Amino acid sequence: MKSQQKDYAQISKSNYKSYVFETSPKSSHWKNMIWAFLIGGLICVVGQLLIALFIKLGLDKEMSSTLASSVLVALAAITTGIGIYDRLGRFAGAGSTIPITGFSNAIVAPAIEFRSEGLIYGIGAKMFTVAGPVIVNGVSVAVIIALLTALFGG
Amino acid sequence: MAYMVNDSYDLPTINYVNCYILDGYSVAGPKERMGKLGEHYDLTVDNDKFGEDTFEKGERKMFATALQGAINKSGVSDSDINAIIGGDLLNQIVSTSFATRGYPIPYLGLYNACGTFVESLVVGAMLVDNYMQHVACVSGSHFSTAERQYRFPLELGVFRSPHSQWTATGAGCTILSNHSAHPCARITKATIGRVVDYGIKDINNMGAAMAPAACDTLLAHLNNTSTKPDDYDLIMTGDLGKLGGYIFGDLTSKKGVVLGDNYMDCGASMYYPEQRTYMGGSGAACSALVFNSMILNQLHNNEIKKMLLIGTGALMSPTTSFQGDSIPSIAHCIQVEYEEELWN
Repeated sequence: MKSQQKDYAQISKSNYKSYVFETSPKSSHWKNMIWAFLIGGLICVVGQLLIALFIKLGLDKEMSSTLASSVLVALAAITTGIGIYDRLGRFAGAGSTIPITGFSNAIVAPAIEFRSEGLIYGIGAKMFTVAGPVIVNGVSVAVIIALLTALFGG
Repeated sequence: MAYMVNDSYDLPTINYVNCYILDGYSVAGPKERMGKLGEHYDLTVDNDKFGEDTFEKGERKMFATALQGAINKSGVSDSDINAIIGGDLLNQIVSTSFATRGYPIPYLGLYNACGTFVESLVVGAMLVDNYMQHVACVSGSHFSTAERQYRFPLELGVFRSPHSQWTATGAGCTILSNHSAHPCARITKATIGRVVDYGIKDINNMGAAMAPAACDTLLAHLNNTSTKPDDYDLIMTGDLGKLGGYIFGDLTSKKGVVLGDNYMDCGASMYYPEQRTYMGGSGAACSALVFNSMILNQLHNNEIKKMLLIGTGALMSPTTSFQGDSIPSIAHCIQVEYEEELWN
């Protein structure tokens, strides 16, 4: 904690925030990025392998992609349920949040957590507390992009 | 922005005449049992739910168990207790209130976040010093209930900041009395803190938010009692954590008060590094567990004769954080002494 700190003669309310910022341990961006790349990449490789497998089994390409996504979502839901996915997320960060598995985790985790408040006010009301903002903002941005495309995209 | 209050006002220090600590009882969770102080707790549970069907009911049962355990251990009966006071971190302090509903005893619910345990001792000491014979002070926290109220669902894969802390699971209860037949520790003084806000907004860095409050209260206590840190065998803060504890030491030394090896933080001392709590424990359970187990034993074994316990609390709620407000904090200080001579 000491190493990266300037020498402060006085710590007051006015310089406290910068003092705390310099004193607090930082997370290593390089380490985080490498972990995110490895875990995120690994999830994508599994998805790609699944697509290849389904094509080999005789399904068409579009059907194979859809099925691969479904399998990944199911796997993430199961690993969330047995308490593995959150451990992955603690060091993988964006690597486990960004792929479709992260979305599955974001819906299943609150569903498990709020089961104790019942099916309606628990699971029903709280299931989308984490994923909800993503959906709302995602749909809003999609509408804006679609409008812009319709107007200027020709 | 930081709230500019005039801190040239002096905080008063209260003197207690007759406030004896009969005994204490601690109930800790499974992660705490695996931690550094695991063998000191009176009871540790295998499961976060303590045999109940929800975490909230489990926390409640820990409070009830700590309360009954302390009453039994102190050699008094339920009907001797004139009041129960305490609080916890859940909304509407349900854990304490619900645990207390089985007792036909007057009850005061308190809230000062993680500083609630020391707050309850400050108020409890006032009651036994003036009006009552026995008072039970109970407080604690629970990782799984606090996490979902303040942060995210347990199974959500979120990245944890390296300066974050881990809410400790457990409950501790202390029985105070206005008399004691056998030698025991006494609460002799208290300095009630004020709300201090230095403008920290990061809810993952509550140690930094609370350190200025702890510094404010400690300096007032030392000043009012004309003492210095070396005069105490132990100066203990509640849950500043490793980072908060370091900042606290830095803040006091800039004001000319240097803390020595007799300083410790409950939260920072509870876990091993491989338990991945990063900066250590947080929550009302830190001071309640450590004080009611290891520290009370050391006092009663005459290993500590004079100490300060500073309970620290971050007073924000999820709503205020989402609205972008900074974290106001508080710290209360009690002085605990053990003088065997008094009984000779």
